Formats: sequence, C-alpha cells, structure tokens
Amino acid sequence: MAHLIGQLTFLVLLGTAGFLFARRIGQIRRNINLGRDVNRSDRPKERWAVMAKVALGQSKMVVRPVAGIMHIVIYAGFILINIEVLEILVDGLFGTHRIFAPFLGGFYNFLIATFEWLALGVLVACVVFLVRRNLLPIARFRSPEMKGWPKNDANIILAVEVLLMFAFLTMNAADALAQARGLDHYIAAGSFPVSQWLHPLYDGLSNAGIVALERGAWWFHIVGILAFLVYVPYSKHFHIFLAFPNTWYSDLTPAGNMDNMAAVKKEVDLMMSGDPFAAPAAPAEETPAEPAPFGAKDVQDLTWKQLMEAYSCTECGRCTSSCPANATGKLLSPRKIMMDTRDRVEEVGKAIQAAGGQWEGDGKSLLGHYISEEELWACTSCQACVEACPINISPMGIILDMRRSLIMEDSKAPESITAMFNNVENNGAPWAFPAADRGKWTDELSAES
Amino acid sequence: MALTVPTLADMNARGETPEVLFWVGCAGSFDDRAKRITKAIARILHAAEVPFAVLGAEESCTGDPAKRAGNEFLFQMQAAQNIAVLNGYGVKRIVTGCPHCFNTLKNEYPELGGAYEVMHHTQFIQQLIADGRLKIADGQPFKGKRITFHDPCYLGRGNGEYAAPREALAALDADLVEMRRCKKNGLCCGAGGAQMFKDAEKGNREVNHERTDDVLETGAKVVATGCPFCNTMMTDGIKNAEREGDIEVKDIAELIAEAADLL
Repeated sequence: MAHLIGQLTFLVLLGTAGFLFARRIGQIRRNINLGRDVNRSDRPKERWAVMAKVALGQSKMVVRPVAGIMHIVIYAGFILINIEVLEILVDGLFGTHRIFAPFLGGFYNFLIATFEWLALGVLVACVVFLVRRNLLPIARFRSPEMKGWPKNDANIILAVEVLLMFAFLTMNAADALAQARGLDHYIAAGSFPVSQWLHPLYDGLSNAGIVALERGAWWFHIVGILAFLVYVPYSKHFHIFLAFPNTWYSDLTPAGNMDNMAAVKKEVDLMMSGDPFAAPAAPAEETPAEPAPFGAKDVQDLTWKQLMEAYSCTECGRCTSSCPANATGKLLSPRKIMMDTRDRVEEVGKAIQAAGGQWEGDGKSLLGHYISEEELWACTSCQACVEACPINISPMGIILDMRRSLIMEDSKAPESITAMFNNVENNGAPWAFPAADRGKWTDELSAES
Repeated sequence: MALTVPTLADMNARGETPEVLFWVGCAGSFDDRAKRITKAIARILHAAEVPFAVLGAEESCTGDPAKRAGNEFLFQMQAAQNIAVLNGYGVKRIVTGCPHCFNTLKNEYPELGGAYEVMHHTQFIQQLIADGRLKIADGQPFKGKRITFHDPCYLGRGNGEYAAPREALAALDADLVEMRRCKKNGLCCGAGGAQMFKDAEKGNREVNHERTDDVLETGAKVVATGCPFCNTMMTDGIKNAEREGDIEVKDIAELIAEAADLL
C-alpha cells in the first residue's frame, strides 16, 4: 500500500512537471515565432556539423580553458547522470529498485561508479563557479546588467546542482549501507567509489534510519530534478536545451557579411531600371495592410532566430568581455543586448497572452525603452562578440538591425554620420572629396617614380 | 621610367584586359597617408608585372560605412552603381586595398548581381611572393626587426584570413611577434562600423589607445597593418603614447615594397 502511494505520488509529480514544462515551452515557442521569417534550413549537412562541433563538442567553450573544462565536466555529468535519472523514473513508476542492475550486470557497476565520479566533478565545478561568480574579481560577472535576478538566477542554479549531486551521493551511500546490512528490497548492485566516503556520516543510523535516508535522498533528488525542469525554461539556464537548435540554425555566412535587405533591393532595382514611370511589379493578390518597417524597433522586427538567440543566451558575458566598446568604458554591453531582447519578448508575449492572442501595443519598444541609441552607436561592428559566443549568438546582428530602424524609420543619426551619408551620396566617398580626384594618386605616382 | 597606372576605361579602349582590377577604396584614394599605401601596392603590382588597372573616377564608395551605420538604401544604391560599372567592363578579379571594401565586394555584392573573385591586397601580395613573381632580395631593412601584425576585423574575424598577411610578412625575415589579443581574439582598432566618421561615444578610454597598449607590450618596433583605417587609428594611438619616435605603423604593402627596394 505504502508503495502504491509512493508510485502514485511520483506519477502525479512527474505529470505536473511535464505539464508545466510543456506549457512553458509552448509560450517560448510562441514568443520566438513573433519574429520575422528567415531561412536557416539550407545546407543541412553543414548545420549538423556546426551543431556537433560547437554545441555537442563545446569547441568554443575551451577557448577559455578554466571555465571551459569545468563546464564540460558539468555538461558531461548532466547528460550521463540522466541515464541514472531514467532508472530512477522507471523505479519510481513501477516501485522497483535499481531495475537496470540485473540486465547490465558488471557494466551496471561501472556505470554507477562513473556517475559517482562525475557527480563529484560536477559538485566541485559548481562550487568553483560559485566562488568565481561571487568572490573573485572577474569583471564580466560584475557588470551593471548582472545585478539582481540575473545574479540570483546563476547562484540558484549552481546551488541546486550542488544539492542535487549531494543528494545523489547520499542516496548511493545509504543504499550501499542498506545493501551491506542485507535490508529487504536493497539488492546488491552498483559500485560506489565516491559515496563510500560518506559512510562514516551515516553509519550510526538504525536500519529504519538508513532506509529513510535512502528514500529521502531518492525523493529529494528526483523532485529536485523535476523542479529544475520546470525552473530552467524561465531561467537563463535554458541554454542547456536551446544551445543545440541555436547552433544548428547558425548563420553560415562569413562573420563579416551583413544581410542585404530584400525589401530595399526591390525598390533600388525599380529606381535603377532607368524608367522612372515604370509601374511597380504587379501588385500581389493580397497587399499586406502595412508594409513591414525597415530594421528593428521592437522584437517583432527581429527574426525568429534572433529571438531564439535571446532565449539561448546564458549570460556568460564572453561577448561583453571581448567587446572593444565595453572594454573602454562605453555603455554598450553585447550581453545586455541579448538580455534586453529576452526581457522585452517575454513582456510582449505576456501581453499577447493576456489579450487573448492579440498584440495591441503597450507604447514601449525594445529600441528606446530597453536599448538606447548611445549603446547602438558605440558598436564598431568588429564581430568580437560573435566570435566569443560559445553558441554562435550574434548580438552585433541585433545592434545593426536597430541602427537600420534609427536611420531608415526615424532618420536619427549623429550629425557626423548624416554628413558621411551625404558625402557618399553626393561624392561617392565618405569624405567631401570630388570623384574626379580619385585618380590623383596615379599622377603623383608617375611624377615620383 | 615613370610608372603609369591605366584606368580600366583606357585599357578597354586599347582592347586590353587586365589580370586584376585594383579597387583602391576611398581612404586609399583621398587620405594622404593611405595614398602612400596605395602607391606601394601599385609599385608591387608593377614590379611583379601584373597587368592591372584602376577605375579612377568611375570607382565609388562600396557603401560599407553607410550599410553599417544603418543606411541600407544608400548602400544598395552604391552597390547597384558599382556593379553596373564592374559588370559593364566584364571584371572578373579584384584586388582591394582595404578589408572593408574586400568584405563588401566579396560577401555582399554577389546577391546584388556582382559576383567577382575578390582578394585583399595582403592575400594577393602573399601569392605573388609564393609564386616567385615578386622578389624580395634578402629582406635587409627588416631583418631581425621586431614586427607585430594588427589583424583588421574584416579580414580576420570577418573572413577568416589570418595566414596570408603573416606569410607575406615572413618574407621579411623579421622577428614576427603576436600581440596578447590576436587573430580570432584580435582587438579592433576602433574605426569599424562607421566609427571612423563620428566621435566615439562616452567612455573612459579610446579603443585605439587600448590597442596601443597591446602593441607596446610586445616591444615591437613596427606595427604592420592591412587596413587604411587601422593604420590611422594605430598611428594616432602610438602618437598618443608618445612613441612615434621609435615605433612605426606601416601597411604590409609598404613593408614589402620597401624590402623589395621599390620605394
């Protein structure tokens, strides 16, 4: 009977966590789809290769070896220990205990031992990361945008991982003790190279105490994991899932390339066709109510890929720490661009949900209310942020798209930039030199040689 | 013998086709310092007996600074005009004197109807040396001299070219050293993204001063550049550090031309 209640409780918890997770994924999906369309499904072979290398293989993480290698430990621990979670799920649902052991034999012992070493590795890495974040003077963890929730979010995740790993090891330690005492239900299974160090801590417990500790740690571990599952998509930590699609949908063009706007090409083609009275191309069957604005003022003007990037960002700050503008005290922080984009698309998504699926506007926009012109004009378009991102996010893409909105929608530019535009338009050069003088250097060269 | 640089129009009129079009760029055409780089490139092409031409007055800004400042209309107007000229002459290969022109012509023009084989001048010079078309006697003036190369963003990160400029410099037999931030992690000079044409935003430092610190750390006597804008920024940075007396800022084309005794 007690078993049955346990199994039912487990089922309800699992179902609830699954439901909450799925509902949240639905919201994120809807929010990402607020973006404009862009084709990122061409060249699939290359895309799989990029994902395998960058996300699965963590190739860009190890550029900074200390954080990179510890991250790989946590990542490997997360993925492999999930095999153990699979067993926990089966045990939980069917009231079994270490169901995989009889099937895997000696290999099971090897697996459990590996998980224990990994759990220790994860625990140590998380403690080191907590120290780095909170005690060491690492500039990128102390930027203005890292105050409040972003800082707490990171600490919550690291602390929860420490607790989960400790619960996992405690569970194994108690299990081994129960096995040694020949307690009912505890079949001899597993090899426990790490958790054996905890035995002195628990050895004094009675048989009932050992069982309670094992069960308690088991429940803490699995409920903790389910809670984590629900928490993660509300957190920056969602990168553990989105890193994979985000790298698959990477921009495969050279980093220096900036997309040519198709809408502008149409108009320029028309102007260059030479016939000023040429009728515009046959109007489409259904003319859209409003032409799409040029550039990005708000999140709906960004592409779905850019919005996916905002949800994929885990705020590591490598972009910001490699940004020349940020390094020289300018207001721009590429990480903040991504965080602002996520905050804004969340806000818009919530408003749409509240209004029953309609966007009625809220008098705010990403450009202006979240991101200032000063930030945008500080960018040198050097692509250091793009290069630094471990999962191929491009903060620069958003910055340049917002400049397009400033110029082409609002005609707002620093005076010197307007002067540059005028020079290019009138003289074909960013300075006020006549085109006729372009060849002057050739005459000088002839005279000098 | 006076070195004459024909325009494509001249060549066309004579019924000749150059091996490459030398796309000079705005800085290289108008800025006095950058013009010296342009002339060095021309001397190298001439010495290597590469039949080349320029567009002269028919060349116009690629539109790069306009595009990166957000003015896509102006960019595409410039592109359309340039592509009409280039396609009109049937241009196939282009060598640029500026990584911004290089990036724009190579990556952004094809979709707009202008597909060419585009090379940056450091790539082309490296090839001329490798093919034995350009002879550098024994690199006397720079032998053993400490030189560091500042990667232009739009050649390096932008297009993944880190090797060619370094291979070209290797011909100088100099003491080539890397800055702390180099190649993929190279620090910008501060001029890109149309910053060259405006004042820097409020901050506590200029980007080129920050970059100059990297140079000073290496103890290099020559900063090699591959971009006229980087050249300006680094020259200003070295001046600001009051080291213009012992540190020179020179384009790779100038260093090679000097080593090949062409200046």
